[in-house]
Amino acid sequence: MNHHFEYVLRLADNALIIGHRLSEWCSKGPMLEQDMALTNIALDHIGQARNLFQYAAVLQGAGKTEDDLAYLRDAPEFRNCLLTELPNGDFGMTVMRQFLFSAFQLPYYQALTKSVDETLQGIAGKAVKEIAYHQRWSGEWVIRLGDGTPESHRRVQHALETLWPYCGELWTPDSVDNYMADEGIGPDIQTIQTQWLTTVARVVKDATLTQPESAFYQKGGKKGIHTEYLGYILTEMQYLQRVYPGAEW
Amino acid sequence: MSPEFPLWEVFIRSHAGLIHKHVGSIHAVDAAMALENARDVYTRRQEGVSIWVVASKHIVASDPADSDPFFEPAKDKAYRHPTFYEMPEGIKHI
Repeated sequence: MNHHFEYVLRLADNALIIGHRLSEWCSKGPMLEQDMALTNIALDHIGQARNLFQYAAVLQGAGKTEDDLAYLRDAPEFRNCLLTELPNGDFGMTVMRQFLFSAFQLPYYQALTKSVDETLQGIAGKAVKEIAYHQRWSGEWVIRLGDGTPESHRRVQHALETLWPYCGELWTPDSVDNYMADEGIGPDIQTIQTQWLTTVARVVKDATLTQPESAFYQKGGKKGIHTEYLGYILTEMQYLQRVYPGAEW
Repeated sequence: MSPEFPLWEVFIRSHAGLIHKHVGSIHAVDAAMALENARDVYTRRQEGVSIWVVASKHIVASDPADSDPFFEPAKDKAYRHPTFYEMPEGIKHI
């Protein structure tokens, strides 16, 4: 297995799938200001995905393009973590999913800016500023909703409990993660877990929410075993390229 | 928009050294949210390097009914424009 390609593909798929999920909010936000905020974040993630897919295509060395990787793979070939493909639910669910993901992506990309891989260093350096804002924006909304009305509190607490079992996969290393960390390309994922837990605990406390105690975590995304939701995402996202192969505009 | 989301006026400074200019308004429950909403709505295309937000209720506006006594008297006072000075030759940037 080409570990380097596999690794960059995971980073790219995480960014693409959560970006696509957020794009589903376009024109449906609770108010104009939040509609714009959600689509801004979606575009940031899709920009990250493009940079990473272009690099992945080079590493793969099979003459593929970023578009081939995004639009012409089937669900078992996607390597995103399950958290990124879960449905948007209500605004509280989307905000919580974004916060849990950004709290992971920020320290992860900060570490990538020190990677021995100079291309990843560059991609991460640009993305870190975007992600810092995503974490700030989503974290503040988690606090507002958690420490808001009984109804908003109930909804984000429900979101936290629903999404919690999908968080472990983010920072549980497998052989590819360990190999890349040994090579100095990827970060030591244990330190990312510590930083994630610290950030999450702080915001959960400020939001007056209760952190779930469960230590059972779903996994599979990194190996291409996905929830039933990914197929629906790809059906919509890939429709045009599948029906009109090579279409451009 | 509900009373929980009052209106805020947004001012953006486009470059260091320039003044903040009014660009529009947004809704937000407090100052922190107002700043972020202003950032998300009005600086997507590199419009600025600094944002001010002010709750619209704090803006005191002149009454259109007062426009005659307020603004008419300035109309025939062209001498207030600095157009009656002779410029020495070779002076630039004025």
